[in-house]
Amino acid sequence: MEIFQEAYNYFLQNQSFFWEAAGDHLILSFSALGISLLVAFPIGLWIAKQKRISQVVINVFNAMRVVPSLAILFLALPYLGLGFVPSLIALTVLAFPPVLISTYTGIRGVNPSVIESASGMGMTKAQLLTQIEIPLAIPAIISGIRIASVEVISSATLASFIGGGGLGDFITRGFALYNVPVMLVGAIPVALLALLSEIFWSSILKRYPVQ
Amino acid sequence: MSYLINNLDLVGELFLQHLQLTLMVLFFALIIGIPLGVVLARLKWLQGPVMGVLGIIYTIPSLSFFVLLIPVFGLGTTPAIVALTAYAQLLLVRNWLVGLTSINPAILEAARGMGMSGWQRFWQVEFPLALPMLLVGVRLVVLSSIGIGTIAAFINAGGLGVLLFEGVITANYNKIFSGAVAVTVLSLTANYGIRTFEQRAERLIHGSQGNH
Repeated sequence: MEIFQEAYNYFLQNQSFFWEAAGDHLILSFSALGISLLVAFPIGLWIAKQKRISQVVINVFNAMRVVPSLAILFLALPYLGLGFVPSLIALTVLAFPPVLISTYTGIRGVNPSVIESASGMGMTKAQLLTQIEIPLAIPAIISGIRIASVEVISSATLASFIGGGGLGDFITRGFALYNVPVMLVGAIPVALLALLSEIFWSSILKRYPVQ
Repeated sequence: MSYLINNLDLVGELFLQHLQLTLMVLFFALIIGIPLGVVLARLKWLQGPVMGVLGIIYTIPSLSFFVLLIPVFGLGTTPAIVALTAYAQLLLVRNWLVGLTSINPAILEAARGMGMSGWQRFWQVEFPLALPMLLVGVRLVVLSSIGIGTIAAFINAGGLGVLLFEGVITANYNKIFSGAVAVTVLSLTANYGIRTFEQRAERLIHGSQGNH
C-alpha cells in the first residue's frame, strides 16, 4: 500500500506533467481511432460488395492482425522517425483491421431476405445501404471499434518509446530510475482509461435497438 | 536483413526463448482453463461473474499489467507468465465453454443411457466434441502470448522483444527490423500450424458423426 501512497504523492507533485501526458495520450488515441474509422469504414463497406477480391483483402487484414502491436509501432521508427506523427500513423494502422473486418462482417451478415424485401419495396441501392444494411451492421461495427479502442489506448503507452509522449512516459521514466511508484502513475490511469472505453462502448451496444 | 543473417545465433536464441515463454503460458493456461470451463459449463450462474472478471483482466493494457505485477513478482519471466496466463483465460475459457455448451444434449443423454460414468462421458464424448473450439482458444492464446510476449522484454522476460527494444534504444534499425520479421514469422507460423489442427479435429468429428 505504501507504494500506492508514494505513487499518489508523485502524482500530486507532478500534476502539470501528468495532465499534459494524459492529454497527449487521449489526443493520440482519439485521433488514431478517428482516422482509422474515416478510412477503414468506407473501405469495409466497399469490400463487402466486391465478392471477387473481398476474401483476399480480408485475409490480408487478418494476417496483419497477427503481427504483434509492438512490432508495428517500433517499425514506425526506421520508416517515419521519432515523435507524435509516426506514433499516430502506427496506431492508426493498428486500429485498421478490427474496424475494417467488423464493417465487412456486419454488412455481410445482414439477412439476404431482408435486403430482398427492401429492394422489392422499391429501395435504391443507396437507400438500401443507408437505411437497411448500415443500421443492421452497427452492432458488429461497434464491437470492432470497441476492440480497436482498447488496443489503441493500450498501445499508445508503447508510443512513449518512439517519442510519441502519453502516459507511457511515466512508465519509461520510472523504469529508467527503477522507481516503481513513478511507473504506477502511468500504469494505473492507462488501465482505467482502457476499462472506461470498454464500459462506454458496451453501454452504447446495449442501448442500440437492433441486436 | 543482413543483421538477421549475421546474428543468427542471437536471433535463434531469442526466438527459442520466445517460444518457451509462449509454451509455458499455454501450459499454465490449459491447466487452469480446462477445469474452469468444465465447472462453468455445469454451474451456469457462475458464467456471468467469472467471464466478467476475465474480461476486465483482459482489458488491462499489457505494459500496465506488467508494471502492476513488479511490486509482487519483481522483474523477469515470472511476472510475464503470470500476466500472459491471466490474459489467456478469457480467450481459452470463452471458446472452450462454447464448445462444451453447444454439444447436443441428446448425445450426452445417449452416453448416459449407455452406462458411461461421468469421467467416461467427459473424456470420450464431451472432450472430443468440444476439441475444435478448445483449439480455437489455444490458437488465440498462442497468438496473444507471442504478441504481448514481445512487450514482456521490457520487464526482462527475454524473447524477440529484446531486439525491438534494444533496436529502438540504440537507434539500430536493422535490429528493429530483424525483431519484427522474426516475431511475425513466429506468429504467422503458429497461426497456420494450429489452424491446421483445428480443421483436422473438425473433420474428425463431423466425419465420425456422418457415418453413424
